[in-house]
Amino acid sequence: MNRDLKSELRSFLGEALLYAAVLLVYFAAVLHFLGAWLYHLFVAERKLYAFVTVGLIAAQGLLLEELTRRISSWIGWKRPPAGPAGRS
Amino acid sequence: MNFSISQVHIAPVYLVLVGFAVGVLGGLFGVGGSFLAGPALFGFGLPMNFVVGTDLAHIMGKSVVAARKHYLLGNIDFRLGGLMLFGTIPGVECGARLIERLKRSAHVDEVVGLTFILILVTISLFMAWESWATLKKNRSTVAGKKGRSSNGSAKEDDRSVFAFVAHHVQRFHLPPFVRLPASGIPRVSFLVIIGVSFVGGFFSGFLGGGAGYIRMPSMIYILGIPTRVAVGTDLFEVIISAGFGTITHALKGNVDVLVALVMHTGAALGAQFGAVLTQYVSGTRIRLAFFPLPLIGALIIAYGLWAKHAVTPGAF
Repeated sequence: MNRDLKSELRSFLGEALLYAAVLLVYFAAVLHFLGAWLYHLFVAERKLYAFVTVGLIAAQGLLLEELTRRISSWIGWKRPPAGPAGRS
Repeated sequence: MNFSISQVHIAPVYLVLVGFAVGVLGGLFGVGGSFLAGPALFGFGLPMNFVVGTDLAHIMGKSVVAARKHYLLGNIDFRLGGLMLFGTIPGVECGARLIERLKRSAHVDEVVGLTFILILVTISLFMAWESWATLKKNRSTVAGKKGRSSNGSAKEDDRSVFAFVAHHVQRFHLPPFVRLPASGIPRVSFLVIIGVSFVGGFFSGFLGGGAGYIRMPSMIYILGIPTRVAVGTDLFEVIISAGFGTITHALKGNVDVLVALVMHTGAALGAQFGAVLTQYVSGTRIRLAFFPLPLIGALIIAYGLWAKHAVTPGAF
């Protein structure tokens, strides 16, 4: 197996473990509090709910990506730089 | 965990695991993965109308992460993605209108299901044959050239035995023409791009989901886009079409955003893993690994039709 790929997998496993720990806190806190508010929007403010849905899912994506990047950087495992695709 | 919006009880770990699997597929192949996530959500007990809308929301969130990753890796051709929107959006509309017409007949599920199976099996077999033939050709070429670097360049790794089709398409004299420097294409007809994106959009509207399983191969084999750029640009297209679909379905009350958010936590990690893997796997091998996925979708739909299950093919 490629040495870079091995290092990549090791980095990923470490990242996944820390990520899982953060997720537990996330489920317990954020989703619990958001649940009631979102249900209210779903029932009473459907238009606002539609845009909040898109905003939330996009924001969570960027937030979680930043989180995993920071975890990876904090652990000290750096990913090898990648060149632009389609060009050698 | 109780999801009050859709009134279902699902263990979050199942959603996270399905999200992770779908995220890897998206990051590696540029597909939405709805052919896997849709049936899984249905299996967890989510009503069908929520399956369609929630899956679209999840696809959009996952695509944002994967597309950003591909953007950082230089895998998105924004000019191509922008031009394709002119074909994708009318295509989605035409596909959705055809579904509305078919709904008036009694056999909409059978027509859509059989079309889906035919397309998925054709794509799968074609990609398997093409990737296998290309790998075989590459091996014989490398073996015949002593002293050449064993790694080869990214472009050489991405050669296809079907490349002559893209070369012919790029020579079509159908003005206006556009340049796609990010994809290494000096000149291609704008109408060809519109045609390819319209077909992708049409199947997205007709069969549901992001239709990456048809748009991604079309970009590679017809337009001649390098595989990694096709994957990244396809994800960019999915953000637009799935974002539009999410808003529409949310307005109709078909989206449980909490289910989408939980599923997306797994997808965010999976998408990164899949995107990073593309840097270690050649374009040809990515295409070879892709071929079983449409077959899985075809099997799910065939089972749904056979069992007269409530799985609506248009939902996936």
